[in-house]
Amino acid sequence: MNNTPKTTNKQPGLWGYLRRNRLAWTGVVILGLLYFCAVCADFVSPYSYLDENRDYSFCPPTPIRLVDSDGRWQRPFVYGMTMGFDRDYRRVYEIDASRKYPLRFLVKAEPYKIMGLIPGSRRLFGVEEPGRLYLWGADSRGRDLFSRILYGGRVSLFIGLIGVAISFTIGLIIGGIAGYFGGKTDEILMRMCEMFMMVPGFYLLLALRAVVPPEFNSVQVFVSIVVILAFIGWAGLARIIRGMCLSLREREYVMAAKAMGVSDFQIILRHILPHTLSYSIVAIMLSIPSYIIMESALSFLGLGIQDPFASWGNLLSEAMGIVQIKFAPWILLPGLFIFLSVMSFNVIGDTLRDYLDPRLKAENRNM
Amino acid sequence: MIGYIVKRLIVVIPLLLVMALFTFIFMQKTAGSFYDSLRMDPLISQQTIDYYENLYHLDRPLSVQFLHWVANLFRLEFGYSFYYNIPVIHVIKGRLWNTFILSLASLILTWSVALPLGVWAALRRNRLIDRLIQLLSYIGLSTPSFLLAILLMYGASQTGWLPLGGMRSAHYEELSILGQWWDLLKHMAIPAVCLSVYSIGSLQRLMRGNMLETLRQQYLLTARAKGLPENRVIYVHALRNAVNPLITILGYSFSSLLSGAALLEIIYGWPGLGNLMLTAVRSKDVYLVMASFMMSGILFLIGNLLADILLAKCDPRIRYE
Repeated sequence: MNNTPKTTNKQPGLWGYLRRNRLAWTGVVILGLLYFCAVCADFVSPYSYLDENRDYSFCPPTPIRLVDSDGRWQRPFVYGMTMGFDRDYRRVYEIDASRKYPLRFLVKAEPYKIMGLIPGSRRLFGVEEPGRLYLWGADSRGRDLFSRILYGGRVSLFIGLIGVAISFTIGLIIGGIAGYFGGKTDEILMRMCEMFMMVPGFYLLLALRAVVPPEFNSVQVFVSIVVILAFIGWAGLARIIRGMCLSLREREYVMAAKAMGVSDFQIILRHILPHTLSYSIVAIMLSIPSYIIMESALSFLGLGIQDPFASWGNLLSEAMGIVQIKFAPWILLPGLFIFLSVMSFNVIGDTLRDYLDPRLKAENRNM
Repeated sequence: MIGYIVKRLIVVIPLLLVMALFTFIFMQKTAGSFYDSLRMDPLISQQTIDYYENLYHLDRPLSVQFLHWVANLFRLEFGYSFYYNIPVIHVIKGRLWNTFILSLASLILTWSVALPLGVWAALRRNRLIDRLIQLLSYIGLSTPSFLLAILLMYGASQTGWLPLGGMRSAHYEELSILGQWWDLLKHMAIPAVCLSVYSIGSLQRLMRGNMLETLRQQYLLTARAKGLPENRVIYVHALRNAVNPLITILGYSFSSLLSGAALLEIIYGWPGLGNLMLTAVRSKDVYLVMASFMMSGILFLIGNLLADILLAKCDPRIRYE
């Protein structure tokens, strides 16, 4: 990747290019915000992901108000909620205007460490105890969905980055070598690929997940899921890169490089792989989301991150009972976050491709 | 070419066996076995368990068990399912067919929608219709299939237009042939659409990208310069070259198709291979898992081989020695 920007002396840098594209910039901002909130979830969210209150199961969102029931302006506050049952014995929540809980900033809470490093003991905002602040409603155990979405982002967002870094490095190198050398090397490497690809990823995922010992803690499960995903991911990419290299190695400039005595490794690295770049960039950007989705799917089925811990997929699993959606539509919110992050990666990936492919750019200028 | 195909098929056999061996070791070396859970059940006597363990050679060393299984393969026997107590092949047959029709429906839907869309978008590059198609593709690519499935199932539960799960209605047997097809199609609609939305988006984008890249090639300039009609230039010269890279993806998509199908089968309760696999893995029904793996492996290899052959037929620059 490091030899591409040389041709771009007249063009703005990558950052500037992203900045000028409104859609891509929106993606960058959304992702930046999501990653920031996920990392600082301990500080930004009003509650810990463990903080439950079963009296508030599926409590609807409690909006932050500025005007009270008498029409007077006040400092931001939320009303208390009281639970009752309707004629069908379903829980209904009613606003209890007699109880007001002012919103407070930088409230004291249980001490925490952001990503295990930066210690702190204050949360950005919250309300005093008997009151509950549910910005986006509560889940079945009365845990704040907003907080859990932020905490869940840690798993869902980082799994893609780590997974793709591992699988992409392996895939590119093996694909390049197999396609360029052909013959026996190709044969052996591709058989290896096929071993991994022969079994559909999701089946392999199910089987490998069964191997992970049940006594693993959440971090170990997280790591093993990343490894499993990366393990599945590299082969597909290697095969496609190899397919491209098969035809690339017949091109004249490769012959020329060979005739000039450039070493095989240099040819692969400098003359062949860069030509697969526009495809690879799209592939990377398309595969980060697929990791996010795979993790969500696994957690959604209850095979990934287990309940007290949050990930967007396992938060969404409450929507599995289709009927629940009607009475608590906010349980679909984690899905929106999966959608947003995946969408942002796709948009940024496309913009990146336009930037990295000089031929496309030349055409854009002419038009 | 024929030599290449034969060679590929021969190479496949040890590959499948190695895969089966890994699966076997995985299943056996991890905690618990199928009969462990039965042992806890006071209604099942030790004799019964001993009888079955003896029947399925579970009391022998692992290496003997595996070799026994391999030897039976040559008689086309894939072992017995512990849970169903019938040969695995009978369990899998029906499930495989269900998965196959679901995947086929999705494959047809995907290619018949994505290719024309991709070509259309490339030819109308940067116009309104292209932007619209790209936007829809983005949305399709970014919506996880299981989220879409939930939303569609919720919609179906509110409107009552489509069934909420399964593959057949209760009164399926009483329907006429046409009615049975219609019933199947109605059940298939939600999982097939959910399965296709992502691949339509990605295939459309790849098709558009390839088409744009091909449209820039000099041989198209040549084709135009020698006076070929524009339709011929685009649909014969450009399209054929633009489709080539996608053919590799066709072979690859068989396995991702089965994967995606597995997830939707589990959510939608479609009685397919993926659904079977989940229960088999969970209950440690070893031979059922091994055979399911092998079946999916064989399906994948057939798809891959077809794609390789197709690619060589379409692109003479690619040689297989």
